[in-house]
Amino acid sequence: MTDASQDGTPLVELRDVRVSFGGVHAVDGVTIDLYPGEVVALVGGNGAGKTTLVRTLSGAHPADSGEILIEGKPADIRTPRDAKDLGVETIYQTLALAENIDAPSNMFLGRELTTRWRTLDDSAMESEARTIMGRLNPRFQNFKIAVASLSGGQRQSVAIAKAVYFNARILIMDEPVAALGPAETAQVNELVLQLKAEGIGIFLISHDIHDVFDLADRISVMLHGRLVGTVNKDDVTMDEVLAMIIMGKLPTEVTDVELEELHG
Amino acid sequence: MGDTTLKQDPAPGGGAFSLADTIRAVEVDLRILGMLVALAVIWLGFHIASGGLFLTPRNLWNLSVQTSTVGVMATGMVLVIVSRNIDLSVGSMLAFIGVATAVLQKNILSDIIGFDHPAIWIIAVGFALIMGAILGGFQGWVVSYIGVPSFIVTLGGLLVWRGASWQVASGQTVAPLDGIFRLLGGGSRGSIGATLSWIVGIVACVGIILLLVNKRRQRHQYGFPVRPLWAEIGLGVIACSAVLGAVAIASSYAPLDRALGISNPVLILIGVTVIMTFIATRTRFGRSVYAIGGNPEAAELAGINTRRTILLVFALMGVLVAVGAVIQTARLNAATSALGTALELSVIAAAVIGGTSLAGGVGSIPGAVLGALVLQSLISGMVLIGADAPVQRLVVGVVLVFAAAIDVFYRKRTERLVAT
Repeated sequence: MTDASQDGTPLVELRDVRVSFGGVHAVDGVTIDLYPGEVVALVGGNGAGKTTLVRTLSGAHPADSGEILIEGKPADIRTPRDAKDLGVETIYQTLALAENIDAPSNMFLGRELTTRWRTLDDSAMESEARTIMGRLNPRFQNFKIAVASLSGGQRQSVAIAKAVYFNARILIMDEPVAALGPAETAQVNELVLQLKAEGIGIFLISHDIHDVFDLADRISVMLHGRLVGTVNKDDVTMDEVLAMIIMGKLPTEVTDVELEELHG
Repeated sequence: MGDTTLKQDPAPGGGAFSLADTIRAVEVDLRILGMLVALAVIWLGFHIASGGLFLTPRNLWNLSVQTSTVGVMATGMVLVIVSRNIDLSVGSMLAFIGVATAVLQKNILSDIIGFDHPAIWIIAVGFALIMGAILGGFQGWVVSYIGVPSFIVTLGGLLVWRGASWQVASGQTVAPLDGIFRLLGGGSRGSIGATLSWIVGIVACVGIILLLVNKRRQRHQYGFPVRPLWAEIGLGVIACSAVLGAVAIASSYAPLDRALGISNPVLILIGVTVIMTFIATRTRFGRSVYAIGGNPEAAELAGINTRRTILLVFALMGVLVAVGAVIQTARLNAATSALGTALELSVIAAAVIGGTSLAGGVGSIPGAVLGALVLQSLISGMVLIGADAPVQRLVVGVVLVFAAAIDVFYRKRTERLVAT
């Protein structure tokens, strides 16, 4: 990420976001931002609050308090529909697919293409799905069968196609390659770089520290619902990021001895 | 089927042409095909067992009329079950709407605009449909906005609407009903005659052909794979023969020297089936219902207003119950508060026999109508061979579980086939 673009207004700012579930602070006063054409990786152990944090931006679960600004303007995101209207698309970790209907129907769920008679235009949707799948996963051919019958990788392709198709400005990818093999993972990673080049801002949640270092410009680390810190990828080593994830210590706070112990 | 079409247009490469290949080429729903086969077996079986009484114009005509009430309601039950809900109240609601509509005709409208006024039936039907939408919509509101499980809400409805119909009828039979209204129930005058029946049949055939041609042209336009031409033509020929055959049978039933043709309830059932199939497969609402049944969270995250959708599903069910109530009361020329007792079970059974999965997300409207026909065929066949009520129940119960088991087996098998 060049410094120049960071001088402008961020595409997204989450300010002091808090979410709690029955007294448990899942997200406790986190502030992060994202610039156009930037990939910000959100990392942290299980239960660190990464998914909960981005779900406030997707409209899947509204924040208890805090502010969301999109291009500097306060955004009121209460439902997934609100988020989509603002150009926020999400690839959920659970994939969020209706297993009983086919891939094109899933891609266009809630935003179906219709004919001039206001009826569903399944042929047009299938055609669009074939086009985008040609880019994402050329071997994908099962456009007429229920998603339940697809393999994990194919399902993930459908979930990605669903988010990418609608010209998002902001893309949230929650473990997008979890079910993919090496070839498909490489394809998705290439897609991330391509979307980034188009000026889309991407929040990437990933467990794979190597993917994070390959794709991200900045890395925000969370631990127990709090933000440990946000660092530029080029300024840190993997070990330093691991120290942030595990010990919650910034690269400036951590000692060489502690870094050694990570490999203990 | 395969033989005749092969003669018209031999498949390139010829050679062995198995039944499985034929079925695959025609892309026909295997479950529907299976039910048609089951229906043929049931019909032939009862025909032989009853000494030739089953496959007569008279019996088939009556069978079609008896199927219509359950068939109409089963189309709505499909969407209710697909959306992971259930409606146990339809039998009681049918009684409540039937009694209220009868009281409106006999005690209220007759006094205001006169007995047998030509507008009475229109007002009565309109009232019934609105009442159905309100009762069903109210139950749907409690289910989706308050969050009470539909099993409980409609179990309550089963008791409440039955009680309410007792209150309205004061425990009496309300009869007779308006003259024109009665025609909606069928009977010798409530049928459209031979000429109109043939016109309906021909219009239906033209519609089927247009649908097939249009679908094919559309897929061609996008360069998608299409069925082989022989399969397309074969499908059209079979569908049209079935339609015209049914019309021929209906038109050959002339009990009082007048060919009855298609009866009004059956005409209503056909109309409802077409409309409901359209709603389920061609509208965004229908797609949402299936998506909610498949994965409620995904539907919500896709921006679908799931609560409103569920409310509308129940309201639609209520409207179809009202249609059933109109047919039933018109046929009996009376309404009593005992109307439709245990009918919810037949309606749910028809939907399940027709391939609707109680797990949600899966079910088809034509399947449910066929399911209703299978159910009614069993019942009326057993009446013909003199089996009494306990035996009827026994058989229907076994068939219901058997149909559901076949469905589970079929689904597991297709999933495995695709996965490998």
